[in-house]
Amino acid sequence: MTDENAGGVAKRFLYVNRRAPYGSIYALESLEVVLIGAAFEQDVSLAFLGDGVYQLTKGQDTKGLEVKNFSPTFRALEDYDVTKLYVEKEALEARGLREADLVVPVEVVSAERMAEIMEAQDVILSF
Amino acid sequence: MKFSILVNEGPYTHEASDTAFQFVKAALAKGHEIFRVFFYHDGVNNGTRLTVPPQDDRNIVKRWSELAAQHKLDLVLCIAAAQRRGLMDAAEAKRNGKDADNLAPGFRISGLGQLIEAGIQADRLVVFGD
Repeated sequence: MTDENAGGVAKRFLYVNRRAPYGSIYALESLEVVLIGAAFEQDVSLAFLGDGVYQLTKGQDTKGLEVKNFSPTFRALEDYDVTKLYVEKEALEARGLREADLVVPVEVVSAERMAEIMEAQDVILSF
Repeated sequence: MKFSILVNEGPYTHEASDTAFQFVKAALAKGHEIFRVFFYHDGVNNGTRLTVPPQDDRNIVKRWSELAAQHKLDLVLCIAAAQRRGLMDAAEAKRNGKDADNLAPGFRISGLGQLIEAGIQADRLVVFGD
């Protein structure tokens, strides 16, 4: 793998988002890695599992928390050529959410399919 | 094999840093290479030289520093995460007008690009977190 990369072949990076957007800093700092990582021209995907699906929900209002609402940043990912966003179907359903509730176009996949997506990666960063 | 390590939790509260340390030690003992250990989120707190744990407990920060000196490990704190949490070297302290610095020996502060590079250069990137 390293030899391939030395020849200029991109690695497949998957960022796994497992946590709600607020309550801890993991989601925000994960997004910061994605934005910096975009400059490295690798093959980037994002996965949203469990409470991580809340990161993408529309209508987030963080005024009362006095923290920044960073959900609009997900809409900017396209400008960074980050377009592969996978959302776990079971996680959405368990939380009463639909694809239409999310701020960006995503591919909703089953947990089983998500496992295959993970299997196909070179580097998985889990937050 | 060439490993890169990501540590996402600080010392003592979570076991992540302990486990990462034991993994790195075991990997080195088996003859593997550690390309870099990158500290992110509260993981940057592993790099403060001001921790004073009880004498009958392990000294997590000192242990990392000693292993780094022994094996020329590259221990890197994310600069953005470090600044949020008050971790800085002398140069950063001066740049930000602070009256103290607290980086432990063997650690350095750099950007998130170092994490991506660690993922690209290593055969495996292993994440230790919560």
